[in-house]
Amino acid sequence: MLDADFFRRWMTATAALVDREADRLTALDSPIGDADHGSNLQRGFTAVTATLEKEAPDTPGSVLTLAGRQLISTVGGASGPLYGTLLRRTGKALGDATEVSPEQLAEALRTGVDAVRTLGGAQPGDKTMIDTLVPAVDALGDSFAAARAAAKEGAEATTPMQARKGRASYLGERSIGHQDPGATSAALLVAALEEAAGE
Amino acid sequence: MSDEKLVGIVLVSHSAQVAASVAELAKALSGGGVAVPVAPAGGTTSGEFGTSSELVSAAAASVDRGAGVAVLTDLGSAVLTVKALLAEGDELPENTRLVDAPFVEGAVAAVVTAATGADLATVESAAAEAYSYRKA
Repeated sequence: MLDADFFRRWMTATAALVDREADRLTALDSPIGDADHGSNLQRGFTAVTATLEKEAPDTPGSVLTLAGRQLISTVGGASGPLYGTLLRRTGKALGDATEVSPEQLAEALRTGVDAVRTLGGAQPGDKTMIDTLVPAVDALGDSFAAARAAAKEGAEATTPMQARKGRASYLGERSIGHQDPGATSAALLVAALEEAAGE
Repeated sequence: MSDEKLVGIVLVSHSAQVAASVAELAKALSGGGVAVPVAPAGGTTSGEFGTSSELVSAAAASVDRGAGVAVLTDLGSAVLTVKALLAEGDELPENTRLVDAPFVEGAVAAVVTAATGADLATVESAAAEAYSYRKA
């Protein structure tokens, strides 16, 4: 079973991965975006870690709801409301339980991913974080490691895609050949799940 | 009409200057009669380009006179931030709507219409109608 500590570790591990990969995320965001994805997420997850420490939420749902709120208010770019909605809706779906099973987490994440799709209007194949999150959630039923591998594969599969959402979509065919920064950071979030589980 | 509550207008842009200038322009074009509550929410709290949910929430609260608040945005994170705040439920005044309209033309239409004492639905449709004005 996964308790509030597991979810705190998930957020801390995400913050550490985002820190480590911030330059790469920003570099990916340079040719097809506005070159701020790494620094925006770094600011957001640093604030998430700080607020979790300060407010010490004690259920899985409240950890994610608080983290989501924090991302919406601190990121400053489109990834703020998108990741914020993902975590907040996932947190709400987990309810007040003090412990949840990996299956319940997978189910709740599916609700979160659906909310992101509604918010941003992206479909699989549009070259967005959805291309990482959908296969990752599907694989989560097997293991965190399987989800991590599916996420990485999903992110890499965005390279030949043409962007249909966000600033990159203005580039049309010129967006082809670049891995999507949002899909790449989403893979970090999924990888951090495995790290939190210590698998 | 003067004692009627007016719809408030919030203008959300990635740029503080764009939001403030469009607010000024819309107020200037609406004539001198009634002072419509209009508030810009541009850029981030640290003065960079982007969107701040705090600035959006504060702007919406500042123009809420009880007749509803119409929010117009430019693009990308401005749109998504307002949608996420609306989904949150308690971050914006009751009866706040994201209006699907072109930013500058919609802002002018919204402010002019709000100045007549029109309700939120009328302000919203006036702003949305600005899409149908072709320039070429």
